[in-house]
Amino acid sequence: MNLTLKIWRQKDSDTKGQMVDYKVTDISEHMSFLEMMDVLNEQLVNAGEEPVAFDHDCREGICGMCSMYINGEAHGPDRGITTCQLHMRMFKDGDTITIEPFRAAAFPVIKDLVVDRTAFERIQQAGGYISVNTSGNTQDANAIPISKHAADEAMDAATCIGCGACVATCKNSSAMLFVGAKVSQYALLPQGQVEAADRVKNMVAQMDLEGFGNCTNTGACEVECPKGISLDNIARMNRELMKANIS
Amino acid sequence: MGGFFKSSIGRKIAMALSAFFLMFFLIIHLAVNITSLFSEDVFNELSHFMGTNPLVQFALQPVLIFGVVFHFVMGFVLELKNKKANGVAYAKNNGAANSTWMSRNMIYSGLVILAFIVLHFIDFWFPEINTKYIQGDMSGMHDGNFRYFHELQHKFLNPARVAAYVVAFILLALHLLHGFTSAFQSVGATAGRKKTLQTFGKVYSIVIPLGFIIIALYHHLNH
Repeated sequence: MNLTLKIWRQKDSDTKGQMVDYKVTDISEHMSFLEMMDVLNEQLVNAGEEPVAFDHDCREGICGMCSMYINGEAHGPDRGITTCQLHMRMFKDGDTITIEPFRAAAFPVIKDLVVDRTAFERIQQAGGYISVNTSGNTQDANAIPISKHAADEAMDAATCIGCGACVATCKNSSAMLFVGAKVSQYALLPQGQVEAADRVKNMVAQMDLEGFGNCTNTGACEVECPKGISLDNIARMNRELMKANIS
Repeated sequence: MGGFFKSSIGRKIAMALSAFFLMFFLIIHLAVNITSLFSEDVFNELSHFMGTNPLVQFALQPVLIFGVVFHFVMGFVLELKNKKANGVAYAKNNGAANSTWMSRNMIYSGLVILAFIVLHFIDFWFPEINTKYIQGDMSGMHDGNFRYFHELQHKFLNPARVAAYVVAFILLALHLLHGFTSAFQSVGATAGRKKTLQTFGKVYSIVIPLGFIIIALYHHLNH
């Protein structure tokens, strides 16, 4: 198929960017979206032009690096996938595809489609862990009984890959689905109880400090999340924060 | 606790609590007004009670006004903060693909409701305050009869006013269709209760504004 691509080009974080049109031809419908981008970049390199910078790593739908906003949706029109798992069969011959970086004040553009998502890492560092002594007498995690229901819910929350699609798609650029998932995966387990109050307080404080917006429960994040993280995690985080401030 | 209400989640919980209060008020307001469809006397008695009872006038009324002002001010503050968090706007953004129109446009439905409240205050609240507390007439009477029902009928003679009320109540319904469940989500209500909440929210969001629309139309058509 032949396509017209409208791509955000930006030299670096200090330079103003703009949308630039490109044509790609003979694209196979079996290609992934990133393979199509590879074809474009090969074309650009052969023509002596600067290739389009975009993030990618595993290309297996699990690393969460590929941060593209395609035709007005995070990771494009398909559901439950990252951009590397989006296939060209989702588009038609002759289509015009708009490709932009994830947008949020807390996710500044580094170059073209690459954004700085280290704000997520700083939120994780503020409390997204449990402290375990590694003295040699560490208790086996399986020695503590956990109900199947709690284990499943914690696992569901833990599948968040921190890709940032929730922020990118949220009209308020809110990070609450991400933080809700990270708070929940520990709040549901006995190992997470010791630091529960400090965790939620510190992670929410860091989230606010990074300049993410306020959640208005539109639910767009849940729809666009490649891992199907539920809004219930945001409600749980809200409960955890209330609990932490009351106790 | 002061720090809690300065956090993003604290603010949304405060927004939800004021929403619960206002949604409860709407039930009371409709319950009083709906009597005007069935009995002039009952409506007059209830209106006189609400308009002269010290507890309602000097305790509940200031709390209500605070609740309304707080909900609007906080709504604007959050909207401005969220706009700041957005950064550069998308060239193409397909919001309809993942969220409802109501959820994305709460600020606009809210602004229409705010404009309606200004109109509603000019129509009913300011004249009432003037009669009772400036002219000092607490009797609720005019020409030997209670004045409330006739004032209500008189207001709804004008078709432009009725049309404005109907439009405002449609926007109120749209605001509530997202706001009802959103408020519960903000205070931490989840999965197990969601279905019931969603159904109850839809019924509430349609029945309450529809009730007010019926009252306005009834008095316009039956005068």
